[in-house]
Amino acid sequence: MQPLLAVENLAKTFRSGGRRVTALDDVSLTLGRGETLGLVGPSGSGKSTLARVLLRLVAPESGRIEMEGEDWLALRGKALRERRARVQMVFQDPLAAFNPRATIASALADPLRIHGTAGRAERPRRVGELLERVGLSPDLAPRAIHEVSGGQRQRVAIARALATNPSLIVLDEAVSALDVSVRGRILELLAAIQKTDGVSYIFVSHDVAVVRVIAHRVAIMDAGRIVEMGETEGIIREPGSATARALVAAVPRLHR
Amino acid sequence: MTSLLAELRGLSVSYPTAGRTAFALREVHLDIAMGERLAIIGESGSGKTTLALALASILPPQARLAGRIDWPGLARAPVAGRDVGFVFQDPGSSLNPVMRIGEQVAEGARRHLGLGRSAGLERALSLLQRVRIPDPEAALRGYPHQFSGGQRQRIAIACAIAARPRLLIADEPTSALDMVVQAEIVRLLDGLVREEGMTLVFITHDIGLASGFADRIAVFRDGALVEAGATREILAKPAQAYTRSLIAAHIDFASPRLIEPA
Amino acid sequence: MSFLARFLRSPEGVAGLLLLACLLAMALLAPVLFPRDPLSIVGRPLIPPFADWSLPLGTDRLGRDVLAGLMHGARTSLLVGISAAVVALAAGAVIGTLAGFAAGWLDEALMRVVDAFQIVPPFLLALAFVSVVGASLPVIVLAIALGAWTGAARLARAEVLSIRERDYVAAARVIGMHPLEIAFKEVLPNALPPVLALTSVIVAGAVLTEAALSFLGLGDPNTVTWGSMIAEGRNVLRTAPFLSIVPGLGLVLTVLGVYLLGEGLVEALARKRRRQ
Repeated sequence: MQPLLAVENLAKTFRSGGRRVTALDDVSLTLGRGETLGLVGPSGSGKSTLARVLLRLVAPESGRIEMEGEDWLALRGKALRERRARVQMVFQDPLAAFNPRATIASALADPLRIHGTAGRAERPRRVGELLERVGLSPDLAPRAIHEVSGGQRQRVAIARALATNPSLIVLDEAVSALDVSVRGRILELLAAIQKTDGVSYIFVSHDVAVVRVIAHRVAIMDAGRIVEMGETEGIIREPGSATARALVAAVPRLHR
Repeated sequence: MTSLLAELRGLSVSYPTAGRTAFALREVHLDIAMGERLAIIGESGSGKTTLALALASILPPQARLAGRIDWPGLARAPVAGRDVGFVFQDPGSSLNPVMRIGEQVAEGARRHLGLGRSAGLERALSLLQRVRIPDPEAALRGYPHQFSGGQRQRIAIACAIAARPRLLIADEPTSALDMVVQAEIVRLLDGLVREEGMTLVFITHDIGLASGFADRIAVFRDGALVEAGATREILAKPAQAYTRSLIAAHIDFASPRLIEPA
Repeated sequence: MSFLARFLRSPEGVAGLLLLACLLAMALLAPVLFPRDPLSIVGRPLIPPFADWSLPLGTDRLGRDVLAGLMHGARTSLLVGISAAVVALAAGAVIGTLAGFAAGWLDEALMRVVDAFQIVPPFLLALAFVSVVGASLPVIVLAIALGAWTGAARLARAEVLSIRERDYVAAARVIGMHPLEIAFKEVLPNALPPVLALTSVIVAGAVLTEAALSFLGLGDPNTVTWGSMIAEGRNVLRTAPFLSIVPGLGLVLTVLGVYLLGEGLVEALARKRRRQ
């Protein structure tokens, strides 16, 4: 079966103050429909850069990305903007991910308007439906983003990502900034959405324990390279690389 | 019975806002024993940071304090920086970006221990060795931006313990860092307080992280103390439903997975 | 606490607001209280102030009512000052946003244009523009704005450069928003507050520039302005100094009022930011 996403030999270096920093070095991976791939690594390992390259927010120097059989890096202008509906993103800090002036309704209406998913008259109803899908009351729609709690805000961010009916959602540390009691709920919501919609996730995190809960497979990154990739439980049980071993050992366990 | 370093009696902290008073901390009774490692656990809005700031007497000026903090373990009211060291969440903003590392680490020692310039730098050098900064001689002349986030936090810890405080307060010192670095910083803090006989108050949202090294745990919610006790007892027999929910929400390799294997 | 309540707590802001409210009342009431053309002759020339209660501030060399001139002059000063500021801020914000958001060659080109304008002293620019195109109110407004928009453009660009990197701008790109919509709907409104803080400086400068142009005889000859009144009074400065002092006081109070109001607004904004 053709994978949803195929990434081949991506490379990217940043220049910072005269020094060249390798952010991505020969990165290749594939992702199936309805599958979750965890992207784990220490800070500076390139996992966030990879996420941003997949979203066409950062251009790689070389390599190929095939998304639903299409050359994803060749898309330009209007064609790219239209196709962006297929790949959506949820950010780490839900407060920073929304225009400070936005209301929940306006944030959710934007993607519906841009992609012509719903006419002007239909939009309020669709916004209400999106809110219900992420477990929020449609009554919240007129509220400003900064007025609701962090967990509610992240639910709105997920609703915004769902608005365009994407086949892939990139979650960049999407639960790291949330309170522990909220984090579990958001993970449950993401898993439930995947079960009903068959959406694929790329779940970027520095916490292998959280990744294990939600990801079928995991790619361990270090210094811009994927050093190890495979079925999540297997890698946690028998980490093959030093990076994976350190990440597994660093997870705090409850000492009862 | 170990002796007490501090006693919090009916401690409340409030901030006046637009007509009403918002309580950040409400009627807290808590003892801190000399030499213990106490973890303060709470989610956002629990008042855990306010408690840390109150202990270090560095609350913002508009905060109103009621109740008392007694210091039976100290001969006098504590001086911030001298008797209480503080490690902030973000070392990027707690270190001065245009001051050499050596001078920043030496500053506390020079001000509070009365050391001269060269003695201060010598102390800074030994502190940088203690927090295991690679090549500490060169680090003395460096600036914060030349170090990684984890190294900056080590430097911030060196600054905090420069004047040999009795109490070290660490306010979420690892939440801006990745997990591998988090584990290293926790190990470092744990080792330092053991060797120096310091008392550690460790503020965190992660009960699993705290359970790995704290002697006692105090759980806070909405500005109030939910329960406090020995780590082992709190984790084995939590008395309050909220503590149970926090323990249940902890994610480690024993947590159930939410997906079916592909 | 609302923005208004915070604003009302700053004494400078309240003083500025009161001063400007008086000036605005003068400007609005001028055609009601003095329906006749303020350039028409109403009495004997050079009546001193407070001598004749039907002409409380006296008359000028040609026997024109000084109080009518002062009130109609307030109209011109405020109109030119505010219009020039609006034009300068709007142009500066749009050009700065485009430069900051587009980056690359467009940014370079626009910023070199800004440099070109900043090299020429703003007053000379206004002077040259008016003497070439001819004096009328819209031309004067444009001439003053030409020298004032660059500051707003630089500030807007700097602000946009920092906002451009924020997550919500990335989020807007991810949902497929058009770059122009991102620039003007997501970025510009959030870049505006510090640019708007320039308003008071620009309005005050515009009021003074307009007066200076009129003083040099480059104002609109069919409208009374404080600058032309001062120029008119200059010829009899020794015998009738009040003819220059009265409109001069008008200028001082306007500029002071604008500055104080601006100070109060900036302080209220800063207080809001501290609370967040």
